[in-house]
Amino acid sequence: MDRSFAILFAASFLIEIAALVMLIRAVARDQFGGLAAARMIFHPREFGVSEDPARPAAEDHALPDDLDYQTELAHRAVADQSSKWPVLAFLVSAVFWLNLGSIFGLLTALKFNLPDFLASDAALTFGRLRPVHLNLVAYGWLSMAGVAVSLWLIPRLVRHPLVGGAWAVAGAIFWNVGVTAGFLALLGGWTEGIEWLEFPWQIDSLLVVGGALAGIPLILTIRASGARHLYVSVWYIIAAFLWFPFLFLVANAPGVHFGVEQAAANWWFAHNVLGLWFTPISLAAAYYLIPKIIGRPIHSYGLSLLGFWGLALFYSHVGIHHLIGGPVPTWLVTVSTVSSMMMFVPVIAVAVNHHFTMRGHFGVLRDSPTLKFIVAGAMAYTLTSGQGSLQALRTVNQTTHFTHFTVAHAHFGAYGFASLILFGASYFLLPRLLGREWPRPAWINVHFWLSMVGILLYFVGLSIGGWLQGRAMLDGSVPFEQSVTVTLPYLWSRTVAGTIMTIAHLVYAVHVAWMVFGRAPAAALRANLSEVA
Amino acid sequence: MIRTLFVEPVAILALAGVVLVGVPWLLYEDHPPEPGLTPYTPEQATGRATYVDLGCAYCHSQQPRDPSYAPDAERGWGRASTAGDYVYDSPHQLGTMRTGPDLFNIGARQPSVDWHLVHLFQPRAVVSWSIMPSYPFLFEVKDAAGPDDRVVTVPAPWGPATGVVVARPEALALAAYLAGLDHTYPARDLPLRSKAEPAAVGGAP
Repeated sequence: MDRSFAILFAASFLIEIAALVMLIRAVARDQFGGLAAARMIFHPREFGVSEDPARPAAEDHALPDDLDYQTELAHRAVADQSSKWPVLAFLVSAVFWLNLGSIFGLLTALKFNLPDFLASDAALTFGRLRPVHLNLVAYGWLSMAGVAVSLWLIPRLVRHPLVGGAWAVAGAIFWNVGVTAGFLALLGGWTEGIEWLEFPWQIDSLLVVGGALAGIPLILTIRASGARHLYVSVWYIIAAFLWFPFLFLVANAPGVHFGVEQAAANWWFAHNVLGLWFTPISLAAAYYLIPKIIGRPIHSYGLSLLGFWGLALFYSHVGIHHLIGGPVPTWLVTVSTVSSMMMFVPVIAVAVNHHFTMRGHFGVLRDSPTLKFIVAGAMAYTLTSGQGSLQALRTVNQTTHFTHFTVAHAHFGAYGFASLILFGASYFLLPRLLGREWPRPAWINVHFWLSMVGILLYFVGLSIGGWLQGRAMLDGSVPFEQSVTVTLPYLWSRTVAGTIMTIAHLVYAVHVAWMVFGRAPAAALRANLSEVA
Repeated sequence: MIRTLFVEPVAILALAGVVLVGVPWLLYEDHPPEPGLTPYTPEQATGRATYVDLGCAYCHSQQPRDPSYAPDAERGWGRASTAGDYVYDSPHQLGTMRTGPDLFNIGARQPSVDWHLVHLFQPRAVVSWSIMPSYPFLFEVKDAAGPDDRVVTVPAPWGPATGVVVARPEALALAAYLAGLDHTYPARDLPLRSKAEPAAVGGAP
């Protein structure tokens, strides 16, 4: 046994070295495009011009007289129209699941405050509502919104209308049936019983079909476009659409996993869903929208390269830090701890890149509703990633593991980072798809501030509570009772925060429904552009 | 360039999968159970399924820590667990949260099925500061107990105003599972770490 695993280890090490050599060769030959690729999302006329379709119409400018620029805008309009129905199918569903998931999250939070609340029925017990919340926001909201943003971005980025969009609409139907079935199954107590993998594998197969159908148009479009240089956002999206099915199939394969090996597979999957599915799609949106909104190319294309490949190499190995101190071999945990620390490399690369792109343009935040979401999300990415790396250190993990601190961290990542960026992207793309202004631009700011106050209160309160809980639990002379009672005020602050976030989502949902199904005033076809001073 | 993008990310993830999932799979494929471990009785297995579908693992871990890492043994939660302790466990219920205490050896601490039944009916009837949900749906309130009924004596004021509380089969099975959770036998696979290394709290293993 020892020998076969030494051979496997050595083989995977050698292959990774080979991969690194291939990568360096590709970089050295400038196969990734460099400066030209960074500028490819702009027409020359757009440098120094801020674009945000979510901005109130008063700031709109006249159509440009430049024929070349008009053609460019028309191409972009065609790209947007080509992805309209698939994007709407995924996005509207996502907003629905977000709201349902939020209500279940709120009920779950209340259960900590009032343990006998809604206790009379098995379907409403804490241990069922919690996985319902997680699965609805992970597979209903984040995944579907991520797919929507990807389907909108790819045609724009490869300058080719979406090919085979009907496949994606069918995918949305399968995916929704899957999430609905999973939702009902979990309420009824039919579960795989493994965190992040609760949906029974029979239902998972619907998600597999739905996800594959959604991926088809992306591949067809990239192939049809014949693009030779791909913008950094495209790398992230392609990789995400390859990584997620791989992870999902390996982790959900029935009858394969057992005992502690199942725990390893569990956390390898669960952490990778965040890092290799939600993260790359959100970063893809940020890499497109930050430059687009401020009218300036990304600061360093080389850094984006480092950020992307660093994420691929290191993130894929971090999952087992969830089992620090557990009944798994120490070397396994160490691989994940080391990779977690290495994640500082891509995270700092992305943070520096975004910061230097924004430098001198923070004023745009004042009047661009979209940019507020995106920049707040990008900052949360840096903070939550750094925090996550530190939590993978044994000394820190000793306190934070098994506590609400981890829950606070998870929400900061999934909400503060991924969700905020997806909110921002949806505010940008819907006016373009529908050719309409947002009915109430002021509501976008209401949504933003409710979300910000909500997530910050959630994160700060629960982090303090979780830390105190962990310290109490680590001191053998302190009775366990104290690790429970010390958290009580923070569990209330979490419920208040959850309420604020749920209200934010309601505002968002009403606004999106009004936008999509209502008859808001039509906007000029072209962009909402304004000169950046 | 485009081909690289389709191949390399998957290759990297596959390698991570080999290291983090494939190797443990090979390591534990034929891993023998700890000699002291007994398989679940049919009733305990049924109770475990209820433990899984009610989501007990979202608040209770089943993986006591080594004394060098956390005072779990001091709290009576038992020795550090080993891979051999889990060979009959599917799905695994290691858990990531200790809103409540670790349950890997709850049967050794609290072997009384009656205690578990009262505690499931209303945790605050026996543990005043508990924030665990009550599970009244695992019980029924009858005017009078039948000959085969397991009556649960719930202390005032937590019981019903009239009638008796009777455990449903799910409650009995769950209590049997909990009362049977006992991994206090000596472990063959311990110590996980070399004796030569210092066991300082927070030290690198």
